[in-house]
Amino acid sequence: MPNVPPLPFERPVVELEETLSKLEAILDPSPDDQDAIRKLRTSIVRKRREIFDNLDAWETVKVARHLERPQTLDYIELVFDEFVELHGDRAFGDDRAIVTGFAKLDEYKVMFVGQHKGRNLKERNECFYGCAHPEGYRKALEKMRMAAKFGMPIICLIDTPGAYPGVGAEERGQAYTIALNLREMSQLNTPIICVVIGEGGSGGALGIGIGDHIAVLQFAYYSVISPEGCAGILWKHVKHADAAAKALRFTSKDLLAFGIVDEVIPEPLGGAHRDHRGMAATLKGSLVKALRQLMAVPADKLLDRRYEKFRKIGVFEEQAVEVAVDEVTAAERASEDAANESNNKTDGPAKPTPAARGSAARARSSV
Amino acid sequence: MASAPNPPVTAEQAGPKKRGVPEGLWIRCPDCKATIFRKQVEGLLGLCPDCGHHFYVSSRDRIRQLLDEDSFEEWDAELRPCDPLGFADKRPYAQRLVEEQKKTGLSEACVSGRGYLRGRPLALGITDSAFIMGSMGSVVGEKLTRAIERATQSKLPMVIVSGSGGGARMHEGILSLMQMGKVCAALARFHEAGGLFVSVLTNPTMGGVAASFASLGDVVLAEPKALIGFAGPRVVEATVKQTLPEGFQTSEFLLKHGFVDRIVRRPDLRGELSRIIDYCCR
Ligand SMILES: [Zn+2]
Repeated sequence: MPNVPPLPFERPVVELEETLSKLEAILDPSPDDQDAIRKLRTSIVRKRREIFDNLDAWETVKVARHLERPQTLDYIELVFDEFVELHGDRAFGDDRAIVTGFAKLDEYKVMFVGQHKGRNLKERNECFYGCAHPEGYRKALEKMRMAAKFGMPIICLIDTPGAYPGVGAEERGQAYTIALNLREMSQLNTPIICVVIGEGGSGGALGIGIGDHIAVLQFAYYSVISPEGCAGILWKHVKHADAAAKALRFTSKDLLAFGIVDEVIPEPLGGAHRDHRGMAATLKGSLVKALRQLMAVPADKLLDRRYEKFRKIGVFEEQAVEVAVDEVTAAERASEDAANESNNKTDGPAKPTPAARGSAARARSSV
Repeated sequence: MASAPNPPVTAEQAGPKKRGVPEGLWIRCPDCKATIFRKQVEGLLGLCPDCGHHFYVSSRDRIRQLLDEDSFEEWDAELRPCDPLGFADKRPYAQRLVEEQKKTGLSEACVSGRGYLRGRPLALGITDSAFIMGSMGSVVGEKLTRAIERATQSKLPMVIVSGSGGGARMHEGILSLMQMGKVCAALARFHEAGGLFVSVLTNPTMGGVAASFASLGDVVLAEPKALIGFAGPRVVEATVKQTLPEGFQTSEFLLKHGFVDRIVRRPDLRGELSRIIDYCCR
């Protein structure tokens, strides 16, 4: 990908590259020039690696949203040997923001479900920049149910800023269709692999995101809300999106640390947009490996594993107290809670580990 | 996720009303603008005597209104939220939690437990919009999941009354989003085991709460004129760049479009629930 416009934080690399192209333009380079060219090439790689190893959350978002970043239709071409698109949601219409169909991945026949943002203006308008409507989620569910019926594994590629916030979407039950997908996907008796390839935008992403193996590309992100949305609500202005991005802890590293994803798939140097083929090859390798492992899981274990996977997510405290709170006044309660809270503080910030679950001591309360 | 435009303007926001403070003796109805005597509103289960506007009711009052007297046994009251992200916007989440707990007398946005309705046992979950907009973080997700799991085991009907303007709670990031999947997976098992789930939508039910358990009732009831939807109305307005249709995202709008089964006034809710349970359960 030679003509990828640089991102703002790539400035130091761009400067080196400019120097390099000046040297390369010399018709009859001296041995010294050739030496300098070699050294520059090395330092460009080193600099780029250094920058991309240390991206902050907001910079990561910029990479995840890069216009040249490979998208679902690119991966269909580069990863799968065949794709037979299936369009029908059986109720309203064909949502171009979610593409579904039969696909061949190595020796496997799979059901493919992917969110597509659009690579040019025409595509982007057709698929609302990757924001699906209820019909898209319904189409995905229809095809996934069929896949389960025929024992076909499912591969979901997630890339959306969020489900479409429009009048029609609300009229046609955006909330219900996403909810239904969450419930049904947890029970589809066939392996499901979900990979966040760019933006994992809240409920719109989760709507095709319940599975047995959850992966995220290195510079993708997966968040409860967009950084802009969060900044607008909590900071009262979108200009604080960078602060919100950091606070939300949604980069691939964080997701792995919180136990949300099973795998971070590395991207080519400088991000997936610099090498579509390289990225596709890595993704394909990961998909095949995960699929092979999941196909070996006995059918009767698969759903229990999937249930447990989501069941254990959550961080909270559980105090084994046996108190009758009937007579506790509001004030006492509040101060009690405040005390508990300060106890927590002395332990430092809670570690992102799944909370211990055991038999709960019950506090009785009659109202 | 999406958020409601305004926190509920309520008669009882000051806290548990048993120890109610004398201030706010009179309140103003946001619907008909009448100035009304607070005691009278409370006597009517939180309804405006002039126009029937449904004011916010706390989870405590809701339990009292719905269940047989003194029959409620709370589950998992000892679950406490913490701050897994070390989240801070204008103030730290840890501090916000303490303030919300003080303000509401609740430890979290969800109360769950077991009780009786006209002599029949049921599992009840409530999200209380007074606590960080009733948003769902780890504790809300865990409490509801456990309640559903117990209801599955004990073959109890499950009733969840949602009041969540905040959807999935931002301050716990991706962990909140995943609670949607967790609760829905529990509902899937409950559903498969033949359990009855009645979802009651109250003002407001938005975002990640609407896009998970709240929409999945075998029967979906809604209080009149509640705000219910996926995306917040302001977000929708900014996206479509047009004025929103009259009554957009109200209970009545959802009924018209097929996502709510019945609109039920609060005084009738107990009877309606009892009747539905009667139809579906032995
Ligand atoms: Zn009124």
